[in-house]
Amino acid sequence: MLSLYVPGDSVVHRVRAGLKLAVLAALGVGLFLGDSPVLMTGALLLTLVVGVAVAHLPWLALAVQVRPVWLWLALLFGFHLLATDLRTGTVAVLRLLALLVAAAVVTATTRVTAMVAVIEWLASPLRMVGVRPDRIGLVLAMTLRFIPLVADKAARIREAQAARGGSRVRLGMAVPLLIEVLRMATTVGEALDARGADDVPVRRGGRRARLAA
Amino acid sequence: MRNGSGTFRRVKSRDLAYVALFAAIVAVLGLLPPVNVPGLPVPITAQTLGVMLAGSVLGAKRGGLSLLVFLALVAAGAPLLSGGRGGLAVFAGPTAGYLYSWPIAAFVIGLLTQLFWKRFNLAWALVANMIGGIVVIYAIGIPFTALFGDVSLWASFTGSFTFIPGDLVKAVAASVVAVAVRRAYPVIELPSRRATAG
Repeated sequence: MLSLYVPGDSVVHRVRAGLKLAVLAALGVGLFLGDSPVLMTGALLLTLVVGVAVAHLPWLALAVQVRPVWLWLALLFGFHLLATDLRTGTVAVLRLLALLVAAAVVTATTRVTAMVAVIEWLASPLRMVGVRPDRIGLVLAMTLRFIPLVADKAARIREAQAARGGSRVRLGMAVPLLIEVLRMATTVGEALDARGADDVPVRRGGRRARLAA
Repeated sequence: MRNGSGTFRRVKSRDLAYVALFAAIVAVLGLLPPVNVPGLPVPITAQTLGVMLAGSVLGAKRGGLSLLVFLALVAAGAPLLSGGRGGLAVFAGPTAGYLYSWPIAAFVIGLLTQLFWKRFNLAWALVANMIGGIVVIYAIGIPFTALFGDVSLWASFTGSFTFIPGDLVKAVAASVVAVAVRRAYPVIELPSRRATAG
């Protein structure tokens, strides 16, 4: 449910998540260094070919991710037509579009679990300042688990208030919800301590399995 | 109590739970449909309300971390932003600066809340939420839009103005809630070594 991942086993799917992210970062820097319309068009076409022809992603999967910024891109183009010139506007829009499509391709071909693993890996230098990377993975996994739980609590409080003829004011929900959540944190903290989360690194296998569910 | 000796206080398990739970709250707020307030041109989305609440309930460090966790999951491909958006693309868009500002905003709100904690009331809560939740967010979001879209700072500045009334409404809401929660279940502890009950 909670993913923009499109299952598949193309080359793009199988490339390691870290490498995909590195390519994406390089593309981001590269596109901002250049400013020719040909380069931008080439980059956009290339990302589309990689996404649709190589990774076999449906157009819709890419469109869903890029759609929210369409209006903004149109506004940007219009602004450039008025304020600067056609060429600058075209380059700005094509550059953003190429980056957005590339990012969408990476997201659609990489599992959330693989991304979380990369985040953990990226955070490993933080070990030197006392951060434990395995805990970052733990907190990310816990958050994914808590989302339906918190949504459920919110729904229950809303029902309870409606049953007492409660008003439609939504703010009235927030205080009981937050207090319940804060209480829950105490329980969760105790449960973590009981499982030794404070002392021993959490077993990787167990966490992955839960996160994938 | 196992407590790290020395100056570095170890992050306790309960703090991890706070961070994860508030990241989850921000995600759940994204599920709410945008609210249309009469008289305002743009619908209000509830997610920055979560940013303000994280800061003013959890304090600087935990509040900022919970927003970092939230953004990490969005980047990892979970569609947690309002309207089901997510993935890496949202971090490259022209309005991405507003996203980047969230952890910093929560941190600043938390810092101010801790500063005001002894005499915390609605007025101080409002000050914290308006500085952290509005000034900081726009101070990061506006230049980012200008840079990413090759637009002038001024155009980016005026373009964002339609959102200010909604943000004011949210700052008031967050402040009212923060004051009520502080009365019922204060989470921020001042450095005076209070033993943590429970």
